[in-house]
Amino acid sequence: MISLIQYIVPYFGYVLGAVVLLFGQAACDLALPDFMSDIVNEGITTGNASYILQAGAQMLGVSLLSAACSVAVGLLASRAAAGVSRDLRIDIFEKVESFSNAEFDRFSTSSLITRTTNDITQIQMLIVMMIRMVFYAPIMGVGGFFHALAKSTSMSWIIGIAVTILIGLVMIMFTAAVPKFKIVQNLIDRLNLVVRENLDGMLVVRAFNTQRFEEDRFDQVNGTLTATNLFVNRITAGMMPAMMLLMNLVTVLVVWVGAHQVSSFQMEVGDMMAYMQYVMQIIMAFLMMSMMFIMIPRASVSANRVAEVLAAEASVEDEEDLLLPEEEKKDGARRGGGEVVFDHVSFHYPDADEDVLHDISFTAKPGQTTAFIGSTGSGKSALVNLIPRFYDVTGGEIRIDGVPLKRLRLHDLRNRLGYVPQKGVLFSGTIRSNLAYADPEASEEQIVSAAAIAQAMEFIESKPERFDTPVAQGGGNVSGGQKQRLSIARALVKRPQIYIFDDSFSALDFKTDSALRAALKEQTGDSTVLLVAQRISTIMGAEQIIVLDHGRIKGIGTHRELLDSCDIYREIALSQLSEEELQ
Amino acid sequence: MTDKKAAPPMMGRRPAGMRGGPVEKAKDFKGTMKNLLRYIDAFRTQVILVVCLAAFSSVFSIVGPKILGKATTKLFEGLMAWMGGMGLLTDFRYIGNCIALLVVLYVISALFSYLQSFIMSGVSMKITYRFRKDISEKINRLPLAYFDARSHGEVLSRITNDVDTVNQTLNQSLTQIITSAATLVGVLVMMLTISIRMTLVTLLIIPLSMGLIMGVVKRSQKYFRDQQKYLGMINGHIEENYAGHNVVQAFNGEAEAIRIFNSLNRSLYGTAWKSQFLSGMMMPIMSFVGNLGYVAVCILGGYLAVHRVIDIGDIQAFIQYVRSFNQPIAQLANISNTLQSTAAAAERVFEFLNEEEEIGESEDPIHLDKVEGHVEFRRVHFGYTSDKIIINDFSADVKAGQMVAIVGPTGAGKTTVVKLLMRFYELNGGSILIDGHDILDFTRKDLRSMFGMVLQDTWLYHASVRENIRYGCFGKSDEDVVRAAKAACCDEFIRSLPGGYDMVVNEEASNLSQGQKQLLTIARTFLSDPPILILDEATSSIDTRTEVLIQKAMSNLMEGRTSFVIAHRLSTIRDADLILVMKDGDIIEQGSHETLLAKKGFYADLYMSQFENGNMEEEE
Repeated sequence: MISLIQYIVPYFGYVLGAVVLLFGQAACDLALPDFMSDIVNEGITTGNASYILQAGAQMLGVSLLSAACSVAVGLLASRAAAGVSRDLRIDIFEKVESFSNAEFDRFSTSSLITRTTNDITQIQMLIVMMIRMVFYAPIMGVGGFFHALAKSTSMSWIIGIAVTILIGLVMIMFTAAVPKFKIVQNLIDRLNLVVRENLDGMLVVRAFNTQRFEEDRFDQVNGTLTATNLFVNRITAGMMPAMMLLMNLVTVLVVWVGAHQVSSFQMEVGDMMAYMQYVMQIIMAFLMMSMMFIMIPRASVSANRVAEVLAAEASVEDEEDLLLPEEEKKDGARRGGGEVVFDHVSFHYPDADEDVLHDISFTAKPGQTTAFIGSTGSGKSALVNLIPRFYDVTGGEIRIDGVPLKRLRLHDLRNRLGYVPQKGVLFSGTIRSNLAYADPEASEEQIVSAAAIAQAMEFIESKPERFDTPVAQGGGNVSGGQKQRLSIARALVKRPQIYIFDDSFSALDFKTDSALRAALKEQTGDSTVLLVAQRISTIMGAEQIIVLDHGRIKGIGTHRELLDSCDIYREIALSQLSEEELQ
Repeated sequence: MTDKKAAPPMMGRRPAGMRGGPVEKAKDFKGTMKNLLRYIDAFRTQVILVVCLAAFSSVFSIVGPKILGKATTKLFEGLMAWMGGMGLLTDFRYIGNCIALLVVLYVISALFSYLQSFIMSGVSMKITYRFRKDISEKINRLPLAYFDARSHGEVLSRITNDVDTVNQTLNQSLTQIITSAATLVGVLVMMLTISIRMTLVTLLIIPLSMGLIMGVVKRSQKYFRDQQKYLGMINGHIEENYAGHNVVQAFNGEAEAIRIFNSLNRSLYGTAWKSQFLSGMMMPIMSFVGNLGYVAVCILGGYLAVHRVIDIGDIQAFIQYVRSFNQPIAQLANISNTLQSTAAAAERVFEFLNEEEEIGESEDPIHLDKVEGHVEFRRVHFGYTSDKIIINDFSADVKAGQMVAIVGPTGAGKTTVVKLLMRFYELNGGSILIDGHDILDFTRKDLRSMFGMVLQDTWLYHASVRENIRYGCFGKSDEDVVRAAKAACCDEFIRSLPGGYDMVVNEEASNLSQGQKQLLTIARTFLSDPPILILDEATSSIDTRTEVLIQKAMSNLMEGRTSFVIAHRLSTIRDADLILVMKDGDIIEQGSHETLLAKKGFYADLYMSQFENGNMEEEE
């Protein structure tokens, strides 16, 4: 949270200006009862009408000044708050863009989204509130107290009692209701869960005729939620009448005590009337402050969550001793080859003790397809995700054309890769802008040929706007299979040295899968292809198949070799194809 | 000050319109309000009581300042009398009486006010409960077609957000209307009894404050809309870039993403501070207008007091009344907004509750004690929307105990046939018969209990493994559950789970693997022992060993039952008695593996495409 203070520093002038203006506003607001008291004491008592008009004009000026101060404070506060949130937002976004998957796992994607959006909005609100109320309430409270003292010192005990009761009320409210707020939130989540389960399982619910059961389940949560909510509502409902009663009784008390003082000439009537208003102002200030006690913890949760992201260091970054492309050439390495070598690589996820990959060594040659197969959790995806350095290896080394990954600039490394994720991911824009994502300069020809290879033309042609068909946020208007094809095409447009297909074909049916692979073979030509798959038919033609099981290599070879030599491979194959189809 | 609603709302949410944001409007305000009143009507007595209590509470607290003013006047008169040389005449007895009366009034007012909230929150919670219950029951009566066009999030938002908005209004706004109106009238009456001239001056301030506020609201709405727009765009940009983070990095897209973000962020800043500023103006304006009234009362009151037209206590009372005059005006001005957005929320709820339900059951349903499992499709026509028929004139005859494989490329609509069999959708023509009876002649309940279903998206709920297996046959014993689990090859893995059969499936069902989940749903189907099966073979993401188990469990299950299998595995397809080949929603070919291959049509094409690497001559 402290680290966020530096974001306010550039707006320090605004804040300072606001505080000065707040003092002005408070002085004006507090002066009004004084004027009134003077009007009563000097004007009415002595029957001096011109004095009343004069004091009245001054009052008008003062209240105008107060309003002006308040508007100016609002202006400064909103500029500062919006400015801080703008600066924070861009810093967080840049930070998150530099994160590796390790940080994404740590925070979770959805939490990072909330931290960049809602949490910042919360902070913005907090800053405005801070300036407008947190600073104002104490100024007002203290100022009111001194003004009241100036009118009468002997009635201070009334203020003391009023404030004590007020604090007591707020405390009761806190202890009785606030813990229930959490419970209510949990119950709402639970209610949502039950409804979501009912909706998601609609087919099952109807197939099993369990509508009644679902309704009862819902009814139970609904009942508890209603009861808890009612309890909370009834407690909070008491707050308002209690507060009103307190203020009214205090007013009455001031009049009673004041009357005695007036008649013993310790006080004037106008002062008593002003005193009443000061006590109200003090109570209001305390109310404002107790509201702050509810607001600030909520907002500070947001501030902490934002600070956490800013404090996190990206675990994958460019290293010190980079080998820049020019030097690489001098180094004699075979540029343009794209040979990937895993040299005794092991890997575990951050915060996990167990390795998900153990001692992996192999070479993927240019012009060849290296395929990975194995059951879920065997480490196939983890393995290929090490190449773009989404994670860094925890043991051993990966080299491309003889250069260790860590000595390549991240930007250069990723320029050489064509990566297709497990789930098709598209960005808002058009089909064209998605295909040309890596290379905005890509020619029409490149784009069309990539789409054709990825078997996406039929779908693109079916749209009236063809390549200019708009794509909604996250590709929401494109089906899963189409998304997958487009993300394959996107990698193809790039014509990279090394292709990584992370289980990219599973969403496609057999026919499309095979047509795509046949077409792909022609384009990938000299490139190195790394391919993770679930289906034997997808990888049968690969030059090199690597069988993984529990993070270890259990066999390397071609389809036929592995059928003879590797039990696990045969087991997988048999579960998918019949004996004769395997031959 | 007796300013009734001067204290900032502690917990209650401010009605949306107060912040100057655009207000959502209902399409049919009157009709919706009528519907809503019908719900409230059940609580007529309580509501009438609440109205009375709220009104009395306001009136009692309104009388306060006037009485207090009298006390002050008495005090002042005493003082003046003393100055006039008539000795100190402070009538403490009179003042004491005033004060005792005030204390009683204030306590009663507070009591009434609390009682009113107490009753009203009971009423509104009961109505909320009723709404939620009706919605949850409605979900199960709507045809599935309804949900094709809507996201689950939409339905969820009815149950939480919309119902909540209505609740909020019932709980707060309703009594607010009453108290505001009562306060307004009461204060006006009290002011008039004190001084007509001063009241007129005070009333002059109202159009001023209204005009100022309207001006600000109008101006700020434009910025609010812009802010909302940019916020939406920036959130969308964040979401898709974070969700596709790997792709962004792999394609070196960070710089471009940041560039776009920057420009959106700058636009957002421009509107954000303006809308924040304008909505923040409301408070200073209100308090300035309040002060203006205050000053006016002081000047005019002082002048009148000097001329002995009014008393000093009247000024004091007037000051308090002027302060409590502005708040109810602002509230009443805002109530139309609150009612509008409530009507919009309530309308969505009512719309949902009034959606057309599944068409009624047969008047005279038949009930079969023993179902053989003979399924016949007779000239079936079907489309998800009636203007787009996708299945044209499909007929097939499936004998009891046969296995039907449904094959086709992704997106060919393989699950459609299944949904028709269980009458999740209604046919547009033709009929489906089970053991010679039209499925329309069964009750839905009877029809659906003939089927067992194992889908690829397994569905489990937040309860123990045992309860999940027992789902749908709640009467079965624990032994039956274990027997079913054994038959479905999942007894072994369940026992190895922490807690075994009692392990609770977590909310995302992520403490079980995909394959394990599928095994559990197979066990569930075993337990319900249906004559006809619907199975969906998994395509991916199941590890090999579990896959073998699933296959075994499925073939156990299929024994002696008619089964429809959405097939991906060639061995299954080739063993099928009948293969239905689907493309673009229609069944384009049917027959056995051999006849279909011989036909050299789409199926043959589909089948061969897998082996273009191997040699298909050898294969045949």
